[in-house]
Amino acid sequence: MTIQFNDETFRDDFSFKNSPAAIKRFPFPFHEDSYMYSVNLEPHTKTRPGSPFEFAFDVDEHYVSEMKDRAVTLADDPLRCQSLPHMTLAGWDLLEYIMEAKARDYPDLFSLTKDGNIWHWENKPLEIDQTFIFLDESTLPYGPMEYITRQTQGDFALLDQRDDNLWLDAGMITSQADWSLDFNVGMNFFEWHAPVPKANEMGIFVRALKFLLNLQQGAPARRLNWTMTVNPLLDTSPENYHKWGPMKTGLTIENIGSKQYLRVELQTLFRLPRSNAIAFPIRAYLCRFEDLMTVPKWGRRLHRVLRDIPDELATYKGFIDNKPLMLEYLSRFDDGAPTSDGIWPDEA
Amino acid sequence: MSAGTAKLNVTVAEVKPINDLVTRFKFIRTDGGELPTFSGGAHTVVEMQDDGFTRLNPYSLMSDPADRDAYMISVRRDDQGRGGSKFMHSKVAEGLEMVISNPVNLFSLDLRAKKHLMIAGGIGITPFMAQMQQLAATNGHFELHYSVRTASLGSYAEQLSERFPNRVNIYHDDLGQAIDLENLLIGQPLGTHIYICGPKGMIDWVRGKAAALGWPREAIHYEEFLAPASGKPFEVRLAISNKTIQVGENQSLLEALEANDVDAPYLCRGGACGQCETAVVECDGELIHRDHWLSDEQHRAGKLIMPCVSRFDGKTLVLDR
Repeated sequence: MTIQFNDETFRDDFSFKNSPAAIKRFPFPFHEDSYMYSVNLEPHTKTRPGSPFEFAFDVDEHYVSEMKDRAVTLADDPLRCQSLPHMTLAGWDLLEYIMEAKARDYPDLFSLTKDGNIWHWENKPLEIDQTFIFLDESTLPYGPMEYITRQTQGDFALLDQRDDNLWLDAGMITSQADWSLDFNVGMNFFEWHAPVPKANEMGIFVRALKFLLNLQQGAPARRLNWTMTVNPLLDTSPENYHKWGPMKTGLTIENIGSKQYLRVELQTLFRLPRSNAIAFPIRAYLCRFEDLMTVPKWGRRLHRVLRDIPDELATYKGFIDNKPLMLEYLSRFDDGAPTSDGIWPDEA
Repeated sequence: MSAGTAKLNVTVAEVKPINDLVTRFKFIRTDGGELPTFSGGAHTVVEMQDDGFTRLNPYSLMSDPADRDAYMISVRRDDQGRGGSKFMHSKVAEGLEMVISNPVNLFSLDLRAKKHLMIAGGIGITPFMAQMQQLAATNGHFELHYSVRTASLGSYAEQLSERFPNRVNIYHDDLGQAIDLENLLIGQPLGTHIYICGPKGMIDWVRGKAAALGWPREAIHYEEFLAPASGKPFEVRLAISNKTIQVGENQSLLEALEANDVDAPYLCRGGACGQCETAVVECDGELIHRDHWLSDEQHRAGKLIMPCVSRFDGKTLVLDR
């Protein structure tokens, strides 16, 4: 496979765009015409060639530009990447997992060769050629987690498992939906989920934690989550709310199709073998409303989902003020026809 | 997700008697590939095809976690047991192809610890062997206190003393040697974590002493897998799958579910992890609880059962499976 990498920005002039092929493979998060929280985990196994679920770590046309955006965010705020001292081994686990997966799944883009503990890593899209000693931090320009996540799309949380709980003890978080690593680092599963409405009463967190504590090597899992973002911003952090928050007030019926983005997170979970920690990659995919409307099924369904969503959820996800405008726009694409099951576009 | 764990196809590469009771088995991948790395303290579940009957027994991985060429386990023969260890000792030879699970760790190191204090009794040494190799490779601070019946039955005691001369202390029961637990615990630096693997009496002794000395609960880690005990045969009705099944004398309830193609998840198969917890729909008789997952209160309430180790004696048992 050959990927044509876009030259695009996620800030300032917002030149980000999806090609027609990228729109078609967009992981639309609603499998039916309504939405409520659920644990909705499924095995993260090779599914649907060409989709974001084909490989363990999806590489797409936005790869090079997303990595440039991450470097800019980190230069402004180094605390977006933190790893407590006991998480170094988990960082090596993650580096090993990603390098092996990318070299296997994208052999034209990445290669990894090993001579004992001397490893040679080539990342052609980012023009990186690195020889290093595995498990020796002094041979890499950054710690292992930071090194590999500067080269991998999506945010990464590393969760330590102890005392029958999970602890958010390391992460690379530069494209988050309004939460802060610096605030959450060191918290346990219940602490960092405390702001989520309704889910606790529904018993979702107790069930989800039980599932995660038993997550097994060789059996990764995935789920989709979603929110709304005005402009194709990766960095919607609380630290920078003063920059992106006001953008939410600039929507009109004329510009909403091009400025309002559905932001989908492909969340995956991997048991890390050497440390027994869990890697939790959170990969964000952005698609503007007018591009989504090119798929008639998605136009109908997005209208119905947002029309019926409880206000608490719209508030938590940060779009309650723009909801009437969204519905006004989306209703034009909903003719009332039935929709098919599942998330993918209907075959023509 | 489906029952059980992701599987590995392996071939027995070596069978080595260690002493009168313990034999070591080495597994390599049948397809010649690399095995997954694992974390010290992990176990694998070994599938045994014993005369038309599938046994699944967990054994701690004792080899170097970074070694991807082979896994090693040690099996202590239990002549009073239901036959799993006897099968391993008598039927498993070099060249046999077997199926084992991916590593699962329910006895993980707490990598925040400033020091890891390991207390082992008998065959409970095996998870520590992997942990010590992991810590030695990463300059971790550890110390082992290992109690054995006699020198000749002290599996790997000599080898460990040679490899880690200043960190390994061996105690021989037949010479009247015993761990001076109180002084040992009092002398530990702040930030020490304690790990215990051995007979139940030893685990209770160390936990009790540590609690009495004010150690935080989070700093005490232990692993105790129960072997499912034999018992009177009994009948169970399964409400969801609408089947009535028989549990044999030398079969666990979990094994009987599996033999009847009923989906029942598991990880440890030893009453510790909670994965196979099953709701009791109706019970006219006595549940024989043997797990240490459910609380005493839950045992008394009789609404839940752990099919991997617990049994039933009475007239009618209906389970939510």
